[in-house]
This record gives sequence, C-alpha cells and structure tokens, in this order.
Amino acid sequence: MDALELARWQFGITTVYHFFFVPLTIGLSVLVAGMQTAWWRTGNERWLRLTRFFGKLFLINFAMGIATGIVQEFQFGMNWSDYSRFVGDIFGAPLAIEGLLAFFLESTFLGLWIFGWDRLKPGLHLACIWIASLGTVFSAFFILAANSFMQNPVGYKLNGDWADGTGRAELTDIGAVFSNKVLLVTFPHQIFGCFMVAGAFVAGIAVWQLVRHPDRDADAFRPAARMGAVVLIVAGLGTMISGDFQGKVMTEVQPMKMAAAEALYEDAQPAPFSAFTIGTLDGSEPLFQLEVPRLLSFLAAGNFDAEVRGIDSLQAEYEKTYGPGDYRPNIPVTYWTFRMMITAGAVAMVAGAWILWATRRRRTPATRWLAYTGIALPLLPLFANSFGWIFTEMGRQPWLVFGLLPTEAGVSPGTTVAEVGTSLAAFTVLYGFLAFVEVRLLMTYVKKGLPDADPPVVSDDEDAPLAFAY
Amino acid sequence: MELTTVWFVLIAILWIGYLVLEGFDFGVGMLMALLAQDERERRVLLNTIGPVWDANEVWLLVAGGATFAAFPEWYATLFSGFYLPLLLILLALIVRVIGIEFRSKRPDASWKRWCDVGIIIGSFVPALLWGVALANIARGVPIDAKGEYVGSFFDLLNPYALLGGLVTVSVFLVHGAFFVALKTTGGIQGRARSFAKRVALLAGFLTTAFVVWTVARDTTAATVLIGAAVLIAFIFGLGHAAADRDGWAFAGTALAIGLLTVLLFVSLFPDVMPSSLNDAWSLTVDNASATPYTLKIMTWVAAAFTPLVLLYQGWSYWVFRRRIGVHHIPA
Repeated sequence: MDALELARWQFGITTVYHFFFVPLTIGLSVLVAGMQTAWWRTGNERWLRLTRFFGKLFLINFAMGIATGIVQEFQFGMNWSDYSRFVGDIFGAPLAIEGLLAFFLESTFLGLWIFGWDRLKPGLHLACIWIASLGTVFSAFFILAANSFMQNPVGYKLNGDWADGTGRAELTDIGAVFSNKVLLVTFPHQIFGCFMVAGAFVAGIAVWQLVRHPDRDADAFRPAARMGAVVLIVAGLGTMISGDFQGKVMTEVQPMKMAAAEALYEDAQPAPFSAFTIGTLDGSEPLFQLEVPRLLSFLAAGNFDAEVRGIDSLQAEYEKTYGPGDYRPNIPVTYWTFRMMITAGAVAMVAGAWILWATRRRRTPATRWLAYTGIALPLLPLFANSFGWIFTEMGRQPWLVFGLLPTEAGVSPGTTVAEVGTSLAAFTVLYGFLAFVEVRLLMTYVKKGLPDADPPVVSDDEDAPLAFAY
Repeated sequence: MELTTVWFVLIAILWIGYLVLEGFDFGVGMLMALLAQDERERRVLLNTIGPVWDANEVWLLVAGGATFAAFPEWYATLFSGFYLPLLLILLALIVRVIGIEFRSKRPDASWKRWCDVGIIIGSFVPALLWGVALANIARGVPIDAKGEYVGSFFDLLNPYALLGGLVTVSVFLVHGAFFVALKTTGGIQGRARSFAKRVALLAGFLTTAFVVWTVARDTTAATVLIGAAVLIAFIFGLGHAAADRDGWAFAGTALAIGLLTVLLFVSLFPDVMPSSLNDAWSLTVDNASATPYTLKIMTWVAAAFTPLVLLYQGWSYWVFRRRIGVHHIPA
C-alpha cells in the first residue's frame, strides 16, 4: 500500500470511529435535557433519576467523542496537506467557526452541568445542558457545511489549477457555502439520524431494564422506553423524508453517486430499484435480483417515469469534461452501504413500534426477545449512520472535492508510508482498546439501573462535599 | 492594520489562551505523580481542573481551525511537516482525556492507577512537545521552494527546540503547582507551594536561557523588551509565591507564559514558518494567507463571538471558584 491508500484508510477508520460517538452526543444531550426539564416542571423524582442515569451514559460517550475529535481536525493537515492548501480558504472557515461557536459552548456548559448541580440554581443548571445541546447542533451545521462543499462546491472561484501545484479554490460567497443545497438537505437528514440513535439508545436500554427487572423502577423505565421509541419513530420518518429530498439533490449534483447506489450501468427510463442482488455488481447479469419497478426513478427525481442516468454514460460524459480517467466509485461498497443504511434504519423503526405496542397501557413486557431487541436496537441506527457516511464519502470518489480535486491530489506529498503506517497502526490499536473499555463501562452502568434521586441542594456552605467529583 | 496581521495576532492570542489555560491542566496532570499522597488527594488534584479542562483544550482546536482558515499554507506545512510529534501529542491527549473522564467510573484501585499513568504521561508528552514544536517554528525548519517540510523527525530535536520543550514542562509544573495552591486547602496546598518554589528555580534558569537564546537569534528592541518582561513576570510570580499569595503567584506564571508566547510570535513576524534553507522559501503572513474576503468574514465572526466566549468561560471559572480539600471529595 502507498501513502495515499494508507491515508485513506486512516481517515476512514478514525472518522467512522469518531462518528460512533457524535450522533449519540447530539441526540442524547437533547433527550437528557428533556428528562431534566420533565423533573424541573413536575418535580417527579423518576425523571431526575433517569436524567442521572442517562446523563452518566451520555458523559461516557461524550468523553470518547472528545478524545477522538482532535484527530479529525489535525489529520487534514497531517495526511491531506495538499487538500488543505487547495480548499483552506473555504474549508478552514467553517472549521474555525465550529470551534469558536460550538466547541466552546459544548465544553464550557457541559462542565457547568456536570459539576454545577450544587453550584447553580435549578433553572440555570437546566439551561446549561440545553445550551450545550445547542452547541452540538451548531457543530453539526458547520462541519456539514464544510463537507457539503466537498460534495457540491459552491461560492468559490478557481485561482490556478491543482495540477500545477499552486492553484486553489477561493471563497467568493460565504452565503452560498452556508446555503448549499446539499447542506440544506443533509443537515436535517443528519440531525434526524442523530435522534434515531438517541431514541433507540434510550428505548433499547429502558426496555431491556423493563424485561430483565420488571420489579425495579418500571414506572421510570416504561415512560423512558416509550419516549425513546417515539423519538426513534418520529426521527425515522424525518430521516426518510429528508433522505428522499437528499436523493433528488444528489441525483442533480452527483448523478454518478445515485447510479452507483443502484449499480445502474445503463441509462434507464423508468429505472427500477433492487432491494437485493446476488451477483458481482459489475454490470453483468446478476444471478438473482429482487426488484421494485420504477422506484429508483421516484427516488432520483420524484417521478415514476423519470430517466435515471447510468454509470457507463456518466463515465463517458465525465471523460469528456474532466479528461481521461476512471470516474466510477467502488460500486459494491456504494450499492451495499446504501441498502444497509436503509435496512438498519427501517428495522430500528419496526423495533420501536414493537416497544410502543408492548408497553401500551402501562404494560410491562416479559418477552425475552424484547430484551435481546433492546440490546441490538441502539446499534441499528448507529450503524445506519456509519453506512450512510461511508456511502456518501465513497460515492464521491474518485474526487476529494467533486469535479475540482481528485483524491490522489490531496494527499500530503511529503509524508512517508512509514509515517502514515505508524499513525494508522497506533490509532487502530488505541481505538480498539478504547472501544473495549467504553463498551464495558457502558454495560456496567446500564446494568446498575437507576441511581438514587439524591435531589441536589444548592448551598453556599464552603465545607459541603462536592455534588459531583471525578 | 492589514487583516493578515490581525489574524497573525489572533492566532498568537489563541495560542496564549491555550498555553496559559492548558498549561496548568498539564501541570496538574504531571503533579498527580508528585504531589498527592493518597487517593483522596489525587482526586482533589484532578477536581481542581475537572469542570474546566475540556473548554481549555478547545483553545487548541480553535487555534488549529483559525490557522487552517486564515493561513492554509501554514496549517498544511506545519501539520504535515511535524507529523510524528503531532501524532504523539494526539495519542497523549486521547489517553489523558480517557484517564480524566473514566478514572472515577470504576472502583478498582488498579484501574485508577492505570488512569493516573495515562493522565501523567498524557500531560507530560504534550507539555514537552508543544514547547519543542513552537521553538522549531520560531527557529525555522527545512522548507523547500514548494513550502514542503523536507527535514526528518530528528531535525526537530535540535538543542534550541529541546530547551523550549524543557521550558514548557518546567514552567507548566510551576504554573500547575501555583494553580493547585490557589484552588486547594489543607496539606496538598502546602506541598504545592513548597514544590513550586523548588522547581521555580530550575524553570527560571531554563526560561532565562531560552529567552536569551531567542533574543540573541533575533535582536530587536521589541524582543529585548518582551524577553525582559517574561523574566520580570516570572520573578513577580516567585516574589508573591514567597509570601504565599497564591493568586498573584499564579498570575505571574500566567503572564510569563503569555509573554513567552508573544516573544516567539514577535520574533517570527512577518514569517509564519521560516525556512532554514532559503529565506525566499519562508512562509509569511502574505504568501501563506487566505484571501482578504475569507479573512474579512472570519474577522467579523471572531469579533462578534470571542467576547461572548471569554464572558461565559470566565463565568464558569467564577462558578467553580471555591477552593477544595480532601473533605470536599465525596466517597
């Protein structure tokens, strides 16, 4: 493997890994804030206990997000320095703004929330977690603005060409970057995706507790399970609708990605959507394929009769526009990740509906299968998020910035195979170990069940013990 | 003032914020190995930075992001050129976060010991390497005509840069100890005070050598004045430490760290990364910068939001102003 390939693997591994923690942080911060609000409004202690329980799990997850987050900002420069030179004028701004507007909010107000139970009045303390949540949403917006530029560059002009080593893209319209149509559809899709993860997390853990320990805190875990399931299903619907819009924008700005999502080689009108294929996906006749007629036409254009461009004709067109080269992404990867994203999300929604049904009218379910479902449920939307991003990023290949900068032109020219290999190995080993630590910790605290309510007392007593300490 | 200069100054300010704030975090982290005598005292140390360390670290992220946005060439050359030191810093920072956040999440003593090791190493390595990296930036490194770093890892380990690393480690230790003295009560406070006084001599000696070397490399009225100010601030801190005025002592090291950063940036300007091979190949505020349009937008954003950030971050320090001792640590 050369440095380019290693750098791509490193970006993929570190980013997918980091993104295991991000959606849960964004979604769960809001759900925990909601639980604390319920306690604040009703004074019912079960909501305080749920706040503390899910708050603890949230913080374990958040710590992993911070730990793996700095790598993200650094590796653009470390492994992708020519990319950084090429897009820095545009790409750097949302990153810097993300730090200034979002990360400071998140970190400061979470610190206040974690340690401030006995220092801040209840309303002010509650405001802290809401402000921190707001920070996470800001963060999503700005980083998606940066990514959307890579999918659909707007608001720039080219100064020189990347090929001569001096060219770069320069910002001409920041408004266009922040109203990029890819951003406008991706942001809601991602936020709904985050709430699916958080809803599934809360519902799964709560229903597991309900089935396993029906006599322990069922009056708290039942509403939690239902709250999580409702969030999961509503967010699931939102994800579907926003995803549908996204598909149409994608077809417009990156038609090759849509063709690759279906492994559609020849232009088709109308175009079917295959739910499942046994075959090589290289354009040869598949051994078996389960097809829904006309569905791809609808996904791509909102019309069951629309034409959808195929890989071969787009390849021919791109050769004309961009010169000789292979402009096809990795088709099996795009084809299968697209389907796994949809399937994992849909199965999670069905499981959410099952949980709602099983807990209807204050019922406490006793089915073992529901407990197993509870264990698997948090992973489904989480992996759907990963698959979605692997699809989006792999589907953009061979471009780093679509139509402007090929991936191979962005890699750091000076870094060696030994350097990238060392860092890839180091991150993989460390991240693997941390995954083990994190999962064990989460399981320990999930099994423990709800902590005592221990209502916080705001006091000026200089000698009172800390309400929370490391 | 030109916007490129404005952003040079802003990035210097972000580094000052980072080094002053995370400087005592690193100091406290390293002191976990040196000051605490039992589990409760280790927890006292950790909880002095508990509510604030994360926001302190964000200064680094913003400094990095601002460099990317305002000086893409600088960001690209620096981060790809200093590959292995940055990798080590990243790994150390990851281990430190996990140590801090997960230490209390399990009851067993061996887990806590491993977390302590993570916190100590995770504080020492960045404390050392940031000094090495910043000194190298100021000194100049092999950069070719294309703005690529062409040296090796070992080129970064030159005597001047290593001295810079020793300065940051020793000064952060003193700074951290002053912070502990300011934030704690009881036995650990006394030990922090006497530790700071002992290490301060070494730190003062190393800092003086580094300042003299820096000023000798680039002797102007400004560097001489700022260099002198670094030493005066440090002595100011020590003077107050002698009388156990913890707040003023801490202010002294904070000022010294800030001024030392100013000294490096002033000796750098108008370069951002001088080339040791050929002056014409140096990255400067002009040839490494983003477009005026981007700089203008970034200036507006920074002007609008930086005061707000300072306000609420300052407020969080106010909320957690209380000194803590072993009796504050819950079981």
